[in-house]
Amino acid sequence: MVDLPERKVGIVACSGEEIAEGTVTRLAALKVLHELRRGQAVTICLPLFLAGGEDDRTFAKFYPTITVDGCDLKCAAHGTEKYSAKPAASIVVSELAAAHGITGIAGRRCLNEAGRKAVEVTAERLTTLVDQILGKGEVSR
Amino acid sequence: MSETKRQVVVVPCSGIGKAFGTVAREAGYDLCDELRPDAAQLVALSKLVLGDEQARERVRQCPAITIDGCKLACAAKLVKLNGGTNSHEVAVLDVYRKHKDLKPDGIAELNPEGKQLARVMAEELAPVVDELCAAPSGGKHG
Repeated sequence: MVDLPERKVGIVACSGEEIAEGTVTRLAALKVLHELRRGQAVTICLPLFLAGGEDDRTFAKFYPTITVDGCDLKCAAHGTEKYSAKPAASIVVSELAAAHGITGIAGRRCLNEAGRKAVEVTAERLTTLVDQILGKGEVSR
Repeated sequence: MSETKRQVVVVPCSGIGKAFGTVAREAGYDLCDELRPDAAQLVALSKLVLGDEQARERVRQCPAITIDGCKLACAAKLVKLNGGTNSHEVAVLDVYRKHKDLKPDGIAELNPEGKQLARVMAEELAPVVDELCAAPSGGKHG
């Protein structure tokens, strides 16, 4: 029997250092990677699309990606599409948090309560998207 | 006549796969939030990936300190790609080689040694910020 490469989802977090929502993207991506969907997802450093090797760009060309952005600049979504391929799905933390009634996210280094709640809802959304992309349902953008 | 104080931009690696990337991020926060809040400002690396015009303008107008977590040196490369000048480049690995007792571990949450390594880096960078702020044209340092 042929061994096919395991299908995984790439998560590209903006990790924006300037704002607390950037920290939310990072922590949510890591939570999915290490706890919620261990072995089913990998993270890709966004800057590597430009500064890194061909491997990172190639991964996102052949595997589905989910981008997680902190704000509406959508650096991760636009960067992934520009340098690799269109993401299978995208999340913007500021919009997702607002939709969940989470306001006042602060603490780019150490998140406040609102920031920690935003990590939870972002990780939950990411998990749903990973499951959908891996064949457990229709992808909702 | 008022004189605008010279600013330095700090661009840390946003690496998410290794503890060294988190050390770079923490060192950036130590430097910009605690040690030199009036003189040093963070620029998000993701904005330089996107080519955000405001971020490009900041790295073009101010001397930049880049803090990289691995040998790929994304922060240093992206400042240059966006037309900026790396006045000082530092790699976490090089600082760790001088402080082998501070082995960083953890990505979402650094261990105490990793936090201490970040602090050591930031303390080493604080005088660099002072020199760059004092230099007439923010010349190359280190």
